[in-house]
Amino acid sequence: MAAATQDSAVSSGKITRVFIYLVLLLSALFYLLPFFVMVVNSLKPLEEITGGNMMALPQTWTIEPWLKAWSTAQIGVEATGLKPYFLNSILMVVPAVVISTGLGALNGYVLTKWRFRGDTLLFGLLLFSCFIPFQIVLIPMATILGKIGLAGSIPGLVLVHVVYGVGFTTLYYRNYYAAFPTELVHAAMIDGAGFFRIFWRIMLPVSGPITVVSVIWQFTNVWNDFLFGASFGGQTQPMTVALNNLVQSSTGVKEYNVHFAGAILAALPTLLVYIVAGRYFVRGLMAGSVKG
Amino acid sequence: MANYASDADFRTKLQGWIPKLVLSPSIAMMLVFVYGFIIYTVYLSFTNSKMLPKYDLIGLDNYVRLWGLSTWWTAVTNLAIFASLYIIICTVIGLTLAILLDQKIRGEGMLRPIYLYPMALSFIVTGTAWKWFLDPGIGLENTMHLWGWESFEFNWIKDRNMAIYTIVIAAVWQTSGFVMAMFLAGLRGIDNEILKAAQIDGASNWQLYRRIVIPMLRPAFLSAFVILAHLAVKSYDLVIALTGGGPGRATELPATFMYSYTFTRNQMGTGAASAVIMLMTIAAIMMPYLYAELKEKP
Repeated sequence: MAAATQDSAVSSGKITRVFIYLVLLLSALFYLLPFFVMVVNSLKPLEEITGGNMMALPQTWTIEPWLKAWSTAQIGVEATGLKPYFLNSILMVVPAVVISTGLGALNGYVLTKWRFRGDTLLFGLLLFSCFIPFQIVLIPMATILGKIGLAGSIPGLVLVHVVYGVGFTTLYYRNYYAAFPTELVHAAMIDGAGFFRIFWRIMLPVSGPITVVSVIWQFTNVWNDFLFGASFGGQTQPMTVALNNLVQSSTGVKEYNVHFAGAILAALPTLLVYIVAGRYFVRGLMAGSVKG
Repeated sequence: MANYASDADFRTKLQGWIPKLVLSPSIAMMLVFVYGFIIYTVYLSFTNSKMLPKYDLIGLDNYVRLWGLSTWWTAVTNLAIFASLYIIICTVIGLTLAILLDQKIRGEGMLRPIYLYPMALSFIVTGTAWKWFLDPGIGLENTMHLWGWESFEFNWIKDRNMAIYTIVIAAVWQTSGFVMAMFLAGLRGIDNEILKAAQIDGASNWQLYRRIVIPMLRPAFLSAFVILAHLAVKSYDLVIALTGGGPGRATELPATFMYSYTFTRNQMGTGAASAVIMLMTIAAIMMPYLYAELKEKP
């Protein structure tokens, strides 16, 4: 945010500033604490959790819970660890993100540079579909996926995520392309460039920032989804569903440290994406959604 | 020559059709998977479907039954409590942090991502983390006892009357940083000259914010409200991971109600009716917003 260094008109006294820093730091503590507790306790043997203090650092450090969560923990009926589910999630996320982002870019291009009668209505319908509570589509979706033979499969989940993700990606690209000078597109048309050439040569090269937003948004949403995974995952459940099965399992001793390690494993990909590219995401998102 | 002309004609026509052809797969998917499915579910809500869909209409019976169920009333009451607290607390925390961060704070670049990172997590992860953090046996209560505060008590997550508030806590933790970012973007968009002019006129900091800055943040308030409200109605995963709808049915929400009635209890008609009510709630919030958004843009 370039404006961060702007000369603030508001001035405040010394005591006020100390107070402000205090509030900000305490808030940071509030946001960090639960994650800190998870990390610390995932590195302890189980006795230290049940018999000790969750805030304390481990007396004996161990990565055993992590190994167990990854490869041998009991998920549902099988002791496979989270590994196969992690792979399921990857296999689901990559195509879902690529397809929905690609469609969103093309849709945004059409809706801003090749406008036709009724396009705003279509966009409005598309936009509303982003916000529907998915409970309204669960029953027919279960039926249809069964009918076309995609129930309980990765392609089925990819289809679901593309269908309900394309509204958002279209929204992002439409708002972004709306600010792009249409005269340039018209000039290219007069020079004889066609629909796809203009998209490829003129629109795509400037689409970097919004593509970052769209990819991060879709990646986080698809990876973190639980409802569709639990409803339509069948034997190919994604990571979130497996984690929930691990944590909620009622058989045997509750291995909190393994649960924590599993939860961090489930959070790792989105956290990494966020740490690497989060700045661009917020910047791009705010430019599109909040009108100054 | 005539041949060439008709060829060019064909190409121009094709150019005219390509944009619509490119758009059509998405529109077709939307019409079938969103609006077609909505119509189908609405239809089912008027049938006597149990485990499988049935197609003979029974009128409004499902709706009458739904509003006679105490579980549904619990779910709706919980949603009202959860949504209002969630929206209010997220907005207050988000606005406060944004205003404080906007005071030329050293280390803003460090603090912002710390406030924001929970938004990258799945609600299942958030739920798991808070479930154990709030557990009286191993979590916060136990820690306070070990640190010598023997009388400290915090067992909301096990308490039928208080459990819904633990969902508010976890949900606020997850989203308030995002709301902060929205307000911060709004604050950064305000022209500083206006503020300086007001200050010359003798306005105090408090007046400055109350009279000028906050009213100028209207669009950010509106966006935050719409996003938070629709997230609240859709909340499902967090409840599943944090409380599983319990203790008993104390933290059931419409989303969990719909799922269990449709797929576990085989009352598909009633489940469909509850989904329709959820959709109508969302539509009531979203329609005016979307309408205004789309109308003002060219």
